[in-house]
Amino acid sequence: MCQYCLIQVCTSRFWFNYRHVANVLSVYRSVKRLGIPDSHIIMMLADDMACNARNPRPATVFNNAHEQINVYGDDVEVDYRGYEVTVENFVRLLMGRVPPNTPRSKRLLSDERSNILIYMTGHGGDGFLKFQDSEEITNIELADAFEQMWQKKRYHEIAFIMDTCQAVSMYQKFYSPNIVAIASSQVGEDSLSHHVDSSIGVYVIDRFTYYLLEFLEKIHPASQNTMDELFRVCPKRDCISTPGQRTDLFSRDLSTVLITEFFGSVRKVELVTRVVSVPSLRDLLTTVPGKKDDINEGVTLSNVFADQLPVAQMVQKGKQKEWHPPDGFILAFWALVLLVFFKTYGMKHLTFIF
Amino acid sequence: MGLLSDPQSRERVLLFLIRHNSKLCILCYALGLVWFLLLPLPPLSAPTYISENALLPGLVKREFVGGPQALSLSREFAANKALVGGLPVEWLNKTMTSLGLEVHTQTFAVDLPFPDEINERYHVRGTNVQGVVRARRAASTEALVLHVPFLPEANDQAMGLALSLAAHFRKQVYWAKDLIVLVTEHDLLGIQAWLGAYHGINLTSLGVRSSELGGYCGALQAAITLQLSSDVATSIDLQLHGPNGLLPNLDLPNLVHHLCLHAKVLCTVQELLPPQEDNAWWQSMHIMLLQALGQASTKPASEHGLFLRHRVEALGLKAINSHRQEKASLEKLGRLLEGVFRSLNNLLERFHQSFFFYLLPSLQSYVSIGNYAPCAAAILVVLFLCAVELWAKLNPEKERRTREAAASNPASIPWLSVIGSIVIAHGLGIALYLGPLVAHQRAANYFDLPEDEAVSLTALGIGVSSLSLPHRGSTPQGWIWLKLFALLELGMLLLALDLLNFPLAFMLAIPTVPAAVVSQPSHKTASIALLLVASPAVISLMGLAMKTELNPHGPTSGQLGGFIGLFLRWLQCLSQSILEHQSLGTNLYPLFTLGLFPCWLQLWHVALWKE
Repeated sequence: MCQYCLIQVCTSRFWFNYRHVANVLSVYRSVKRLGIPDSHIIMMLADDMACNARNPRPATVFNNAHEQINVYGDDVEVDYRGYEVTVENFVRLLMGRVPPNTPRSKRLLSDERSNILIYMTGHGGDGFLKFQDSEEITNIELADAFEQMWQKKRYHEIAFIMDTCQAVSMYQKFYSPNIVAIASSQVGEDSLSHHVDSSIGVYVIDRFTYYLLEFLEKIHPASQNTMDELFRVCPKRDCISTPGQRTDLFSRDLSTVLITEFFGSVRKVELVTRVVSVPSLRDLLTTVPGKKDDINEGVTLSNVFADQLPVAQMVQKGKQKEWHPPDGFILAFWALVLLVFFKTYGMKHLTFIF
Repeated sequence: MGLLSDPQSRERVLLFLIRHNSKLCILCYALGLVWFLLLPLPPLSAPTYISENALLPGLVKREFVGGPQALSLSREFAANKALVGGLPVEWLNKTMTSLGLEVHTQTFAVDLPFPDEINERYHVRGTNVQGVVRARRAASTEALVLHVPFLPEANDQAMGLALSLAAHFRKQVYWAKDLIVLVTEHDLLGIQAWLGAYHGINLTSLGVRSSELGGYCGALQAAITLQLSSDVATSIDLQLHGPNGLLPNLDLPNLVHHLCLHAKVLCTVQELLPPQEDNAWWQSMHIMLLQALGQASTKPASEHGLFLRHRVEALGLKAINSHRQEKASLEKLGRLLEGVFRSLNNLLERFHQSFFFYLLPSLQSYVSIGNYAPCAAAILVVLFLCAVELWAKLNPEKERRTREAAASNPASIPWLSVIGSIVIAHGLGIALYLGPLVAHQRAANYFDLPEDEAVSLTALGIGVSSLSLPHRGSTPQGWIWLKLFALLELGMLLLALDLLNFPLAFMLAIPTVPAAVVSQPSHKTASIALLLVASPAVISLMGLAMKTELNPHGPTSGQLGGFIGLFLRWLQCLSQSILEHQSLGTNLYPLFTLGLFPCWLQLWHVALWKE
């Protein structure tokens, strides 16, 4: 059973929706960098942009006009692709009601201790998300699916991220506990793309996802950034749309929840200062069930999160800043240069410069 | 519908209609006219926009650098053209192969029903050359066409540019559709032969014999016809309408206009500058009227038109070199076309998002069918209002109240004279339709005339002589029945035409409706005068005069001015429309002879009914 699972869905077909596939693949790359293995990631891509005949860079997908990172790299595992991406398959995946011969890579192997991150992108409307140009999932269906997941003990906490037009409408009907939702745009707003790659000839990424990725790039497995920072990644001046969030269903204070609890596979380790006597298996079997709670006695909720990977500190230490003269000094220096220049040659020489 | 099923309320509606009939008729007619005049103004015309998401216009970096190559190819083409004295098929074959295209040629032969004196052809033999750029990573199920018509005197630069573009496209990997560079001979006849062979059908009554076509590329998605006869161009004129008023999907002209704005190339329709702030109404109206006249003539605006009949969205691009300052080089035009074709390459479905029926007062605004169709309908309603009145006159109130009386009194209908008149009118229509083709040879020999003049004079002769045929009424009430039938026939004809070719329906409705309503034996002079104005000959003459008047270039040099010149050109148009109907399948001549003329003749009989 996975402790951390990730479901990523791109619901759009067609070449002009290149950016939605790029969105999903970029988020995939980010979370994989933070340590979630492919076996815990379920990726649904409705179209194959890399092999589209219109792609001037065959077998690649880029999320930036500089084309530095091919997000469709060597190790991308797409679990549901093309016409497999349907509302039915998505809902079955969430609920775990899949046919018995479904391979493990297409199942959500989660339990009541699993944190799940769901990232969805595509074309949305007020209260629905379009799948494949042919059908749509409504916000009520999605809320009911989450409730059923909760009743079937398929999650512990869910972080739900949505980058579509009118995305806020999708989480409005949620009623199951322990869900935190972030969406890229309010009802009545469009979610906009960030920029065009003119050599490929398409919009390559959406604004909300672009700034989300920019933020995630700074996260490393030992980061202490908390989930509430995620609400501020894309202010209105950058996004143009107004991102929304919903925290009322979530039971914990989001300023104490680490981002890596959803985006990385960092296990929450509770440090205990006293010695815990672990009873033998035989003792466990013979004890009355009611007394089992004694074992956990003394564990407080004011947890301290261990820096599990010393690598992280090394990363931070190793990253020494190069020396740089103060900005004011540089400004004053150039001002002086200009002053001397004009004093010497006079203003009329400006015409030779401009 | 309690209003009409309940006899009492039906009576009331009918009485209201009869009492206010003339007022209602005038109101509807005026409403239609005023509505048409208001069409270019903002609430009725909306700003254009690109509604197909897949086109993604102007996002790509243009990479075409083949300007010099285009120029040298066009020079070479011109030299070879002069050498061969026609389409240099050998040279084209060799050049296209060396540029890496897959080349196929098609020969065709068409025999026209009578010699075409204007274009000087009778037994037409020609060759089409087709070079294919195959999409490397797609399955050849869809294709785009870059069409260059071969003209003996012009269009060399278009050929050079098309070849140079094809050479550039050949090197690219991003094609999802095949690209066909098509060179056709004998303007519309050549493209018709190619389209017929490509789709395996023949849409006209003429037998077009053509050789087997190789190199199929799947469904044609879009076509661009290029006309370019100078090394630089100052503007690009979009030629829209095809035969019978067909128009390409509005997204296509919008796309080209958008990319022209992007490339800072002036883009026009009807060869008129975009409307300026002052006098915008008249300038938009001018553009709109020219489009309407073009559609009403049912003649394609350029060689692209025949693609439209196969539901391939096509546009004619005509580069114009005037005295304006800003000139666009071949390279710039090539980049513009590259942008157009890359956008078309992005298409996933055929064009379907935007309008197929529209009027363009300018390239920035359009009038959709929902806004313009009612103004013809408003005028045509007059015919039906008048028919209701006649119906009420035939069945007076008392008789309708007592059904038995009505049932026992059917003999009052003068069957013989009415039906005779109807049959004669339609028979003459058929005679007018067939006559010129059957009898032109004899007439040409007898009167020693050129054959196309013989055709138009035969048509004119049949038309005029049919006016004098006997129309003798036996009963005083007979004309009402005849008029009722004529009104309903005319109304249905024009209403159906309103949906297919609005400009034609509207232009026919304006003169015919008042004539049809007024015509009756008691106002003989007025109805004869109105009917003469509304006769098919005079309508087409007026349309021709209007077109000459509105033509931005003025009358072409060498044409006679004045009424005689107009009349001679009208005779030419008459024979041309018969020829085009036979060779291209345009519908103006059969519509006039089989539809409009019989209706008009029946109304003529009504006006001359002897009581």
